[in-house]
Amino acid sequence: MAAYNQSRSNIIRVLVIIAFSVIILQLVYLQLIDRRYKQLAMDNAVYAKVIYPERGIIYDRKGRAILNNTIIYDLMVTPAEVKGIDTLAFCRLLNIDTADFRERMLEAILKNTRVRPSVFKPMLTQELQARFEENSWKFPGFNLVERPLRIYPFGAAAHILGYVREADKRDIERSENFYRQGDYIGKTGLEAYYEPVLMGQRGVQYMIKDNKNRIVGPYEKGEFDTAAMAGRSLHTHIDVELQQLAEKLMSNKVGGLVAIDPRTGGILSMVSGPNYNPNDLSGPEGSKNFSRMQLDVSGPMLNRAIAGKYEPGSTYKPLGALIALNEKVITPEYGYPCGGRYTQCGHGKPECTHAGGGHAANVRLAIANSCNAYFAHIYRLTVDNPKYKNVYDGYLHWKQYMNAFGLGVRLGVDLPSESAGGIADTMVYNKENAGRWTSCTNLTLGIGQDKMQATPLQMANAMCIIANKGYYYTPHFVARIEDEHEQDSLYTNRYKIRHDVLTYIPEAAFNDVIEGMSDVVKVGTARGAQIDGIEVCAKTGTAENYTVLDGRRIKLPDNSMFVCFAPKENPKIAIAVFVQNAGFGATWAAPIARMMMEKYLNDSLSVRSKADSARIEAANLMPAYFKRLQYREDSIRAFKWFQTTRDSAYIERYSRIRQPLHRNLATTIPFSKQPGPLQKEKGRKVLMVITPDNRSLGLKKEILR
Amino acid sequence: MKNQSAAISKGIDWSLIWIYLALVLIGLAAIFAATYQEGDPFLQSLLLFKTDYSKQFYFFLIALVVGFFILLTDSKFYPTTANFWYAIGILLLVLVFPFHSRIKGTESIIRIGAFNFQPAEFCKLFVAFALAKYLSRPETNFSTLRSQLIAAALVLLPAGLAILQSETGLALVYFSFFLVMYREGLPSVIPTLGISLAILFIASILISPNILALALTGIALLLIWFSRRQIRRRRQILTMILFFWAIAVGIQRFAVPLIFENILQRHQVERIYNLFGKDNPYDPNQRVLTDADAKKKKESGSSYNVRQSKIAIGSGGFWGKGLLSATQTRYDFVPEQRTDFIFCTVGEGFGFAGSLLLLGLYLLLLLKIITIAERQRSVFSRVYAYGVFAVFFFHVVVNVAMTIGLAPVIGIPLPFISYGGTSLLTFTMLLFVLVRLDADRQMVLR
Repeated sequence: MAAYNQSRSNIIRVLVIIAFSVIILQLVYLQLIDRRYKQLAMDNAVYAKVIYPERGIIYDRKGRAILNNTIIYDLMVTPAEVKGIDTLAFCRLLNIDTADFRERMLEAILKNTRVRPSVFKPMLTQELQARFEENSWKFPGFNLVERPLRIYPFGAAAHILGYVREADKRDIERSENFYRQGDYIGKTGLEAYYEPVLMGQRGVQYMIKDNKNRIVGPYEKGEFDTAAMAGRSLHTHIDVELQQLAEKLMSNKVGGLVAIDPRTGGILSMVSGPNYNPNDLSGPEGSKNFSRMQLDVSGPMLNRAIAGKYEPGSTYKPLGALIALNEKVITPEYGYPCGGRYTQCGHGKPECTHAGGGHAANVRLAIANSCNAYFAHIYRLTVDNPKYKNVYDGYLHWKQYMNAFGLGVRLGVDLPSESAGGIADTMVYNKENAGRWTSCTNLTLGIGQDKMQATPLQMANAMCIIANKGYYYTPHFVARIEDEHEQDSLYTNRYKIRHDVLTYIPEAAFNDVIEGMSDVVKVGTARGAQIDGIEVCAKTGTAENYTVLDGRRIKLPDNSMFVCFAPKENPKIAIAVFVQNAGFGATWAAPIARMMMEKYLNDSLSVRSKADSARIEAANLMPAYFKRLQYREDSIRAFKWFQTTRDSAYIERYSRIRQPLHRNLATTIPFSKQPGPLQKEKGRKVLMVITPDNRSLGLKKEILR
Repeated sequence: MKNQSAAISKGIDWSLIWIYLALVLIGLAAIFAATYQEGDPFLQSLLLFKTDYSKQFYFFLIALVVGFFILLTDSKFYPTTANFWYAIGILLLVLVFPFHSRIKGTESIIRIGAFNFQPAEFCKLFVAFALAKYLSRPETNFSTLRSQLIAAALVLLPAGLAILQSETGLALVYFSFFLVMYREGLPSVIPTLGISLAILFIASILISPNILALALTGIALLLIWFSRRQIRRRRQILTMILFFWAIAVGIQRFAVPLIFENILQRHQVERIYNLFGKDNPYDPNQRVLTDADAKKKKESGSSYNVRQSKIAIGSGGFWGKGLLSATQTRYDFVPEQRTDFIFCTVGEGFGFAGSLLLLGLYLLLLLKIITIAERQRSVFSRVYAYGVFAVFFFHVVVNVAMTIGLAPVIGIPLPFISYGGTSLLTFTMLLFVLVRLDADRQMVLR
């Protein structure tokens, strides 16, 4: 019987081998082919904890920190651990009501479930933090968590320094997922420009977690960990006291101010009006202030010093004189018999504030008296120079000079979103005039108007070129980077290069123009800019301007402008001040510049300047038409809100208020009386909208009154 | 003295012993990896019976002693006492009902002092004895239906008792003895029928009942059409086809739901359905599930074990992560990994290479046992050897297949590797008795 079924043993052997083959095939698939499981295992067991480095600090020229770090506390809650607390006492402690408390708890649970901590109240004020710490034992489930915060010890230089915010989707995409949700990133100003330097290097700590998500220990004994490296600090040319003075003087004014050290190109001060305190965007009220400022039509977030485009007006005249002298179309002794207006183009424009008396008998006098006819004429002489084929060719040569002076091109300051200003190409004039135009067509370019637009930075830089007699260093803030690496030369090297753009203009020409600018202060239009013991060279400017509002062209008060450098010998500071809709250049911009120079060169203000500074600081020159503009923007927004949500709460406000009239918009009214931009009303917001995702939670759409 | 030990070792197949030792050592290492905590005093905890690996170490020592004594016994001892042991085994299984202690949902364990004792595990050995004894009787003619039924009853009695103790996994092991009977001349019809039943069973899980019934009817009609000439000659063929059709539809419509609803427990049904990637239709709490819910359920439900086990094994790659660097098995992501899912530890720690080595050892062991079985002159030894083979084969294949998602999760250990004193002792005894019998293969035992 033994051998009876022996063949079946082979069948059984085959069965065994088949079974093992199937198993081995599955193992080949799991372990060798399907790579997914490796990643799944990592996700399961390894937790990459990001260690955030401290951002770099920014110092002024004297080593004072103007941007620093501090710690602020978020109040976190783990809803599951909140048991038996005195809700009323807790609400009183935090100054919230119980409805608010419930709402925040609900939000926390929806966001992060009951067992994970979420933010209950972000960024407690110091007072609240102290109050909570004293009583924290009464409130289990609540605890404070540190978070770093940028502070501005001087509350100054908002537009220069910029701000950090959480990286949004676009930042994350642009960085190819280097930044992650919740990371802070420099959004504007030096914070953005020097982001790679300031942010430092994130560290990662790999931790092993177990099946309950508890951290068990370091992964592979920390072999793959990287340490966080603190951001490096920036040392700038900014003089924070000068900056504070400038901001004080520019308060409640629209415009821009730039002060540069012509010897280095280092920017000493830069203000854009309206200004704001940078701490407002950083603290607990940061987001609120941010959205308020974004809706403000006066544009407090816009840096007008580098992005505001203004007709330079008469401040262009020294440049015009230099060009004409270098082109040899005039000599320093060249005079123009101005009788109060320029007549050679047939329309008697531009007019001149002076008439006769030899006020434009030579270049120096023409600059000192700012004769419009003279400069319009020498512009014509320049572009109609017989040396060139025709006016187009002449114009292009003139434009080359302008670009060399830094107008119509980006200078390359170390801030994002710098404007190039505007010097029109011949194409623009060809298009507008069907290809036929003469030097009379754009005659007012000669007095810095027509299609000439410059930023305050560009004008300050042009002053540097005149002060240096032909060369400049690219204006910049950062003098040096702490622990400079080789890669940092990308940032710093280009600011060490001397640009000899116009050194071919003979020194004599520069001297003639500089003498003229000196006369402007001594005997000319800007006698208000005189400083005892310092010879100041300057040029005032006053430009007409218009705006279109509700379909009408409204003439606004003139822009007040002033450019200067001092002292005459070995200049140490060059300044450009533009104040929108303020009036004569000599009235507003000139005293501001004078005080800046005094402060920088003498380190203190004279008695006269102190009185002046109080007057200027108190003056509110915010244009009145902003009121109407704000009203319009807000009501349009309210209407759109109504259209999308059918919530009439906002639009009702606009049907009640009497509309501001078009009349008197050209006058200046105090800014404080103007309505603030629209804010969301407190106590009325849509807490939640039902989506398929949260329907199961049984929550209803609630509009809390 | 020297003569005596020479007498003991005479005829012993050492290759089996070496494979055995290798497997047990791999098992100890795997249990160590799964339970060792960073900073534990290794030697101290090994000696003090505190940790699982030290317990397993002591079980191993006990098993070695028992194995040694088995080698000292006379091989005639087993055929003579086979029926006695079987009776003891059944008695123990019955005693479980009044005396069991409740441990992790099973009702199959008796507690004696510090030791948990699982008769259903032990009984495999006794069933192997009894089956060998019965088939080796000179008066047994296995080609008769009567003796086939008696043999089946010998195997199914403990299986039934195990099912009553909610140990379906262990009960299934007893079905592996049919492989032994197949070798001993069970007609091929029976395995064919078994496989057909299995196919029908799986089909009724995968295909909705009505469609399956239609398909079966279609097959029956086709058969009738193709054999219409034969049917004209012999009416019985038609009756046969109709009979099988009725049986198949009956099983598919009534027997399968009956099994799922009344015999198997809900988690077992769930595991079977999970294996085929389906939701359990017999779940009384069945709701309409959204996609997200279903996904969540899939991740957290009973397939969690298998998913984590697959992640652990899959992440091992070719060479593995090293015994103590295996993150999935070291930090409890895989449940039950000391016992039923111990293969994960090997798969993650030593990768494909290690798994292949382990499976190779098992393959060697199984093929060796078949070779040994076939060289026996005594029917008792041969049947017993096939019994050992069948038990090992079933345990290894089903256990490994379930950790890599090829078989439903039934809680049976991996021989010599899984943590557990009873199972280690049982497998050791099964193997060492075989070695003892093989040493005397020239003898004809009755």
